[in-house]
Amino acid sequence: MATKYEEQSPAVDAPSKQSSDGVVSSVVGWINDRIPMTRVWNMHIAQYPAPKNFNFWYLFGSLAILVLVNQIVTGIWLTMNFVPSAEGAFASVEYIMRDVEYGWLLRYLHSTGASAFFVVVYLHMFRGMIYGSYQKPRELLWLFGMLIFLALMAEAFMGYLLPWGQMSFWGAQVIISLFGAIPFVGEDLTLWIRGDYVISGATLNRFFALHVIALPLVLVILVFLHIVALHEVGSNNPDGVEIKRKKGSVAEEDKPKFEFHEYYTSKKDIVDAIPFHPYYTVKDVLGVAGFLILFCWVVFFMPEMNGFFLEAPNFEAANPLKTPEHIFPVWYFTPFYAILRAIPDKLFGVVAMGASIVMLALLPWLDRGKVRSIRYRSIWHKLNIAQFVVTFLILGWAGATPQTVFSTILSQICTVTYFMFFVLLYFYSKNEATKPLPTRLTK
Amino acid sequence: MMKKLLIGLFALLPTFAMAAGPSVPLMDANIDLRDNASLQRGAKLFMNYCLGCHQMQYQRYERTFRDIGIPVEIGKETLIFDDSKVGSHILNSMSQDDAAKWFGAAPPDLTLISRVKSPNYIYTYLKSFYKDESRPFGVNNVVFPLVGMPHVLQELQGLPTAITEDVVENGETVTKIVGVETDGSGEMSDDEYDQAARDLTNFLAYVGEPSRLESEAIGIKVLGFLVIFFILAFLLKKEYWRDVH
Repeated sequence: MATKYEEQSPAVDAPSKQSSDGVVSSVVGWINDRIPMTRVWNMHIAQYPAPKNFNFWYLFGSLAILVLVNQIVTGIWLTMNFVPSAEGAFASVEYIMRDVEYGWLLRYLHSTGASAFFVVVYLHMFRGMIYGSYQKPRELLWLFGMLIFLALMAEAFMGYLLPWGQMSFWGAQVIISLFGAIPFVGEDLTLWIRGDYVISGATLNRFFALHVIALPLVLVILVFLHIVALHEVGSNNPDGVEIKRKKGSVAEEDKPKFEFHEYYTSKKDIVDAIPFHPYYTVKDVLGVAGFLILFCWVVFFMPEMNGFFLEAPNFEAANPLKTPEHIFPVWYFTPFYAILRAIPDKLFGVVAMGASIVMLALLPWLDRGKVRSIRYRSIWHKLNIAQFVVTFLILGWAGATPQTVFSTILSQICTVTYFMFFVLLYFYSKNEATKPLPTRLTK
Repeated sequence: MMKKLLIGLFALLPTFAMAAGPSVPLMDANIDLRDNASLQRGAKLFMNYCLGCHQMQYQRYERTFRDIGIPVEIGKETLIFDDSKVGSHILNSMSQDDAAKWFGAAPPDLTLISRVKSPNYIYTYLKSFYKDESRPFGVNNVVFPLVGMPHVLQELQGLPTAITEDVVENGETVTKIVGVETDGSGEMSDDEYDQAARDLTNFLAYVGEPSRLESEAIGIKVLGFLVIFFILAFLLKKEYWRDVH
């Protein structure tokens, strides 16, 4: 094709290298006249100013995109052989595992990917918490992130019903019944969600539709908006110090030697920034390699992850007449499940569980501090975040354990300390004794 | 501070995870998925003693023969007892409804039993039948009390009796079964029976996840590639970032 084009083009006498360059740039020019390809590339990748001091914690955003792509691609291939019916679902998963070429690999990539998604998203959210990335002007960015988290939880929950194993069935039974706690409309609502009086093929069919079409679309749109919002306000960084300064306030010798898109430089002076590409693309590639080593180690050698990623009872087909000994959600829901179980009243339990996520979404307004990064905040803030981490891990353990007096009391204590994190933050952040901020980013 | 707390907490995690488990300690099955001879003996035991009641409805004969090193022609002659094709799933002709009537519950499909339970559980289960006249089939099982199944391997193991011990628990004396001892009426010695139970467990573990060995073989190559890729990515990053530092 290319040769033919050259033969017909007037540049036929020119050396072939030059002529192919000419073709590329004219194609690029042709596209740019019709869609802003180069402009978007420069604005958001090649000339996007990113703080130069991103650390390990800043890898998880790009890793979340990687896992999302993995879920979509493996998911598409799984749907090619999955049968979304109560009679066929479990058998079709085993068909994929045994009879489809590399079906086991697709399935393990997808099941491990679900857990990996939550691992990177939790770490990504934690990064936002310790460096105050939710603070003004990034509130909407944080809210989009919370919406992604909600959509992801719905996506994971519905996906977990699809293999139609015992835990799929009974887990869904427990979670959907929670909606029944809502006064007046609860029972009708559960009926509406299930499409039946019990979890049945009708539920499976609608969860399949939502899992493979509706929620992935919502997720992709939200991720797009999350990135648009990020690029509008710019990335925070481990120092929590803005790299965008008032126009004209930065001396010429203090400005970075790199070229940034005029969209950013026309409004603000920028310090301590580097272009996203190639510096962070190449760093993210390193992060991807490190992540994939761990991810593939699980996929190829321990896809069940000792029952944390694939629960043993789920290797038994769903049986509405046989309740499993213990019903647990998968590990990524257990902290919230523990809060639910900690409260003896079902309605208040559901409310507390919902509130535990709403509180996270309200962080931009609960934190009244002006200093973002944990590096320059008070010892109280550091202790509060430390206790929150411990609380979250204990709740995660408690939600994955058969209920005992000990685990119930422990989850009740941790439910209190979970909410205490936000309450304390609201009060001490108003007049917090913070350390002086550096004027420029530190290493 | 936070790091120390985190490390302390992670150190606690395994103990928490281990806290829940079966009430009877399980024996170590010590299986080897690479041992084709053991898998073949296990397949033979399964087809002879288990398949009458338990199916493997997701696993096919031919795949099984291929994976555990049995030539398809030989497998067809020696391990398929009905008119199934080699490409068929491993099924029996017992009606599930009848079975439910006879045994109280239909015998479960065994394709995935090694993943629902565990190889150690299966091995222990096979070695834990004991004589109990109060049960319909005259036997009970230490790890599966009130089991609804006869001791189908009795002609191999003989009929074991329970060894009990009185232990004091919470101030009360309770009689606990600490082991079983065969009456020696079976065709096999204790060691031979242990090996047979191990072979059968091995076979069930293979059927539970037939892709296990292939997965690990590919996994080694993938990880090898990724480690090299990681090193190259690291060097590339370092080279680019010289501009920044």
